[in-house]
Amino acid sequence: MPTTLPRSRRWLDHERGGYALLAVVALLAIVVPVFNLLVPEGSALHVSTFMVTLLGKYLCYALLAIALDLVWGYVGILSLGHGAFFALGGYAMGMYLMRQIGARGVYGNAELPDFMVFLNWDKLPWYWYGFDQFWFAMLMVVVVPGILAFVFGWLAFRSRVTGVYLSIITQALTYALMLAFFRNEMGFGGNNGLTDFKELLGFDLQNDRVRVALFLISALALVVGYAACRYVVTSKLGRVVAAIRDAEDRVRFTGFRTDKFKLWVFTLSAVLAGIAGALYVPQVGIINPTEFQPLNSIELVVWVAVGGRGTLYGAALGAAVVNYAKSTFTAVLPEAWLFVLGALFVLVTVALPKGLAGFASRFRRLRHA
Amino acid sequence: MLEPARHASRHAPHPSAVEATAALAARTRQADYPRAHTGGIDAPHKWVLYLDKISVSFDGFRALNDLNLYIEVGELRCVIGPNGAGKTTMMDVITGKTRPDKGQAFFNGSIDLLKHNEPEIASWIGRKFQKPSVFVNHTVLENLELAGLRDKRVWPTLVKKMTGPDRERIDATLRTIGLVDHASRPAGALSHGQKQWLEIGMLLMQNPRVLLVDEPVAGMTKQEVETTAELLTSLAGEHSVVVVEHDMEFVRSIASKVTVLHQGHVLAEGRMDQIQADSRVIEVYLGE
Repeated sequence: MPTTLPRSRRWLDHERGGYALLAVVALLAIVVPVFNLLVPEGSALHVSTFMVTLLGKYLCYALLAIALDLVWGYVGILSLGHGAFFALGGYAMGMYLMRQIGARGVYGNAELPDFMVFLNWDKLPWYWYGFDQFWFAMLMVVVVPGILAFVFGWLAFRSRVTGVYLSIITQALTYALMLAFFRNEMGFGGNNGLTDFKELLGFDLQNDRVRVALFLISALALVVGYAACRYVVTSKLGRVVAAIRDAEDRVRFTGFRTDKFKLWVFTLSAVLAGIAGALYVPQVGIINPTEFQPLNSIELVVWVAVGGRGTLYGAALGAAVVNYAKSTFTAVLPEAWLFVLGALFVLVTVALPKGLAGFASRFRRLRHA
Repeated sequence: MLEPARHASRHAPHPSAVEATAALAARTRQADYPRAHTGGIDAPHKWVLYLDKISVSFDGFRALNDLNLYIEVGELRCVIGPNGAGKTTMMDVITGKTRPDKGQAFFNGSIDLLKHNEPEIASWIGRKFQKPSVFVNHTVLENLELAGLRDKRVWPTLVKKMTGPDRERIDATLRTIGLVDHASRPAGALSHGQKQWLEIGMLLMQNPRVLLVDEPVAGMTKQEVETTAELLTSLAGEHSVVVVEHDMEFVRSIASKVTVLHQGHVLAEGRMDQIQADSRVIEVYLGE
């Protein structure tokens, strides 16, 4: 009797968590604008603009977490520097927003951003050219993190740096970038970073409707990013990279250039992280070098671990849960947050090795048993 | 003939090849390999795998020392030797993992193995690791399908639906390795012996000319050892099979020809009964 080949999996087959994620994002995308714009302020159902922005921030974090899960959960590359790609995307957007300020800065200089006037610079550095064009800035949002990831990955994967060594150099990468961006001479605003943004494409960033629009674009980016990752992991390439995660030598001796597979997925992940960063910056109104700090990248790993590595939707869930906890705790007991984060990580590692997503599927199995 | 045959000169063909009709040999070489490498050795056509004077050192330790190994088309060869004799290093050189300090390695007479990397060599020479190495989170079927993908570049595996091997080939392989009933199980759930067979099956899906099999029966039950012996014997002929093994009983049961390695060098080569009678072999290996 001939065996049948497994039908090639479609991107949402048997993926309840994925359905749930898409449903929640769709629901938010309908409910939040309605309750913010149509329900009058003072009503119990009104969603404040602060909340819209907070949720928009979570959506960006969720996209970042999915990007990390793609490389960590599916290819086995534990990047401890993914925050760098997020920050670079954010800086590219921030540079555009700085140019949009024009002559409305404190010094009223239409040619130079405030911090350059303050540093007595007389002309725009060459690498700021083009950032007054929206299309160019958006191109840089994906190109800069993408090229950095490509060059870094090309060197690392070709030299077969793996495991903890790779994690350490990713951490060093983001740390080095943080130190560089802290320097005023770099021309990215030093430790103050880029802030005081006014407009995006001529729309006032303080306007409620613009805030809602940014929220909706973030939701769309999350859905598209999720779909792209799902497409990758359910393709044959997804099977190849999962095999690389489990037994890289075997894959290499089976005839695959494993370095190239890792490189392309790593680059895709960095691009998604850059997009998340670019959407994050206009909503929070600032980008500074602390976004590069290694702690951010490690927190990101905790989100994914808490949510459930290797599930994509779990990463998004983890990002939302941990950040909600962070918002709550830092409001009540700011000093305690890092302890809570550490405890959460230990708890998940010991009690829920597959994260919240794994817990949910175990619960489902029990109910069906 | 216990000693491996040596070359009279670097440019002369291997002595055994002289036995073949000179005209035929010349014609075959010309037809198959129009651009024979200039200045190098002319590895005769009958050797599918040709290692000549290979030396490898690690921090002063000579893992391989002037190693010569010639494998015929369709041959089943066993390589034995005590620990540290250089068996694994030899496989590393053949499959492109380790570059030798000197020496030459040719596949099929014309392909210089030292100029290719592991994934390229994998389409000619399949390698089974000592420790069973399969993709534990994939099913048996998916393991075989991955190994048999025709186009192993990044983009085609992402977008193409039909790059997989056809079902008949997978079915044939499943029958060969005796895992028809386990096709949809995750490879991680297989027994140790079944994993070894699956890995051999994955090599077959790569469709290589040569199979390098490292300790295929380590940790197997007596029944499994017998099945494996039958499997490897049946694969010889269509493929050339090189087996590295410690289990002497197993070697006796399958081998037509045995090569004994010692300190990175070929100590003896011949039929098992000749090997067992060789005093040097008894001294360094069998007598232990």
